[in-house]
Amino acid sequence: MAIHVIRPGMLTTVQDTGRWGYQSRGVPVAGPMDPVSHRLANALIGNDPGAATLEITLLGPELEFESERIVAIAGAEFDVTVDERSAPVGAAFVVAAGTRLRFGARARGSRAYLAISGGVAVPEVLGSRATHVISAMGGIDGRPLRAGDRLPLGAATGARAAAPPADRIVPLPDKPARLRVLAGPQRERFAADALDALQSAPYTIAPNSDRMGFRLTGPKLTHAGSADIISDATPLGVLQVPASGQPILLMADRQTSGGYPKIATLIAADLAVAGQLAPGDEIVFELCTPRDAMAALIAQEQVLLRVERA
Amino acid sequence: MSFTIVPAGESAVSVEFEDRVDRAVNARVIAVADTIQRAGHSGVRDIVPTYRSVAVYFDPLRVDYTSLIDGLERAAAAPAPDDVVDASAVRIPVCYGDDLGPDLASVASFARASEDEVVRLHSGRTYRVFMLGFVAGFAYMGTVDDRIAMPRHATPRTRVPLGSVGIASTQTGVYPAETPGGWQLIGRTPIKPFDPRRPDPFLLKAGDSVQFYPIDRPEYDAWPST
Repeated sequence: MAIHVIRPGMLTTVQDTGRWGYQSRGVPVAGPMDPVSHRLANALIGNDPGAATLEITLLGPELEFESERIVAIAGAEFDVTVDERSAPVGAAFVVAAGTRLRFGARARGSRAYLAISGGVAVPEVLGSRATHVISAMGGIDGRPLRAGDRLPLGAATGARAAAPPADRIVPLPDKPARLRVLAGPQRERFAADALDALQSAPYTIAPNSDRMGFRLTGPKLTHAGSADIISDATPLGVLQVPASGQPILLMADRQTSGGYPKIATLIAADLAVAGQLAPGDEIVFELCTPRDAMAALIAQEQVLLRVERA
Repeated sequence: MSFTIVPAGESAVSVEFEDRVDRAVNARVIAVADTIQRAGHSGVRDIVPTYRSVAVYFDPLRVDYTSLIDGLERAAAAPAPDDVVDASAVRIPVCYGDDLGPDLASVASFARASEDEVVRLHSGRTYRVFMLGFVAGFAYMGTVDDRIAMPRHATPRTRVPLGSVGIASTQTGVYPAETPGGWQLIGRTPIKPFDPRRPDPFLLKAGDSVQFYPIDRPEYDAWPST
């Protein structure tokens, strides 16, 4: 019971909620760039929230199913067909044995998540199936999918084809995308006006950006002292600022530690928006309060729980 | 010893001690990390001790935040642990020099000493693992003798072989995977710092003591692969 990879797409990786619990040993977390769409895709077919999905980036794959499966796609808007018939995004549908699921043109967003009943059942490494390409860990031999790969699937128990379609929980980003941040953890290592500068004009995601982080070009952020600190932990969504004054937004595949001061941290509720961005996209940062950050996260969680319990 | 607890977004806090690389500060960090690990607060995803701070990552919708912060404050304010040198140091064999340690000669000229003297200095100390980072199983150890504390290469190598033992200023470490890297490579160990197939995949953890000892090339070549 497997899926055969006919065309791999540009960067298609196996992801689950990530390899948490080993950052003290230097192991990066990985996991989905857009955690909400990953969770929604699983919820739509009654999968466990921790089931592994495929993260599909910019240019999607073509996959042949060995056995009938219920699937759902969430996130970026692609034209998806099953043996030439159009398939929905944001709803469960059935893929019959021997048919091909094909990702075509992409309208908006950068990453889609394909959840398959039973989940992608590659072996776990340190408790997770998430692919971390740089350290060649998880997924299929720690790398993106290739043509000819065979993806094992778990037993499809509890899957449901009749789950109601869900509205988009997090809107795909506007142009420019609006991302809310909380100040810190090291705002005191920056000039007094640095947080204003961060919000003063859009930043552009540079071409050498990837799942580790988005290198941003825009208003320069001035340090109060040295741009080097004693290495410390690097949270998901933190904006670290090297000597150039151009921030780097740390994403799913970030290293566990780093030696640059960190001016602000993306709120958890906006990780999903950030995860839909790609090089060339613009970001406007807005400072927000912990209260607003929590309210946004609770609102997101309530919608996800409604789908999961439907 | 003073400390502050700083939020990093709504899903993490960092307990920060004095801003220096120091065995006593680091011992404090590791004691706090261990205490919080043992307390088993629900909703905590990861606890990451580094040189001078401990990051605690959690699910803000599932953590008892007040109880976590109370626990961190109590742990951080607790008396400092004794900085005893661990008698059970992890011993790591190293074949120094030649093709396995391509930078041994330049470290020797940096030190104005013979290659043998560099080996003696590097293997003559017990190091502390201050933290792990960079890649799975990479331990930042220190501090090396000032005479051999050569800065890293200005341009990193694109490929450093697994097991390479390097120096970067006062730090030393072992590459657990083939990666790019800028450290001065003085030797190589046949032991894998990280192997996901082992019952314990990690050779080292923060707070460990480590002693390197020289082996010759035949011993290196004959070392049983694990």
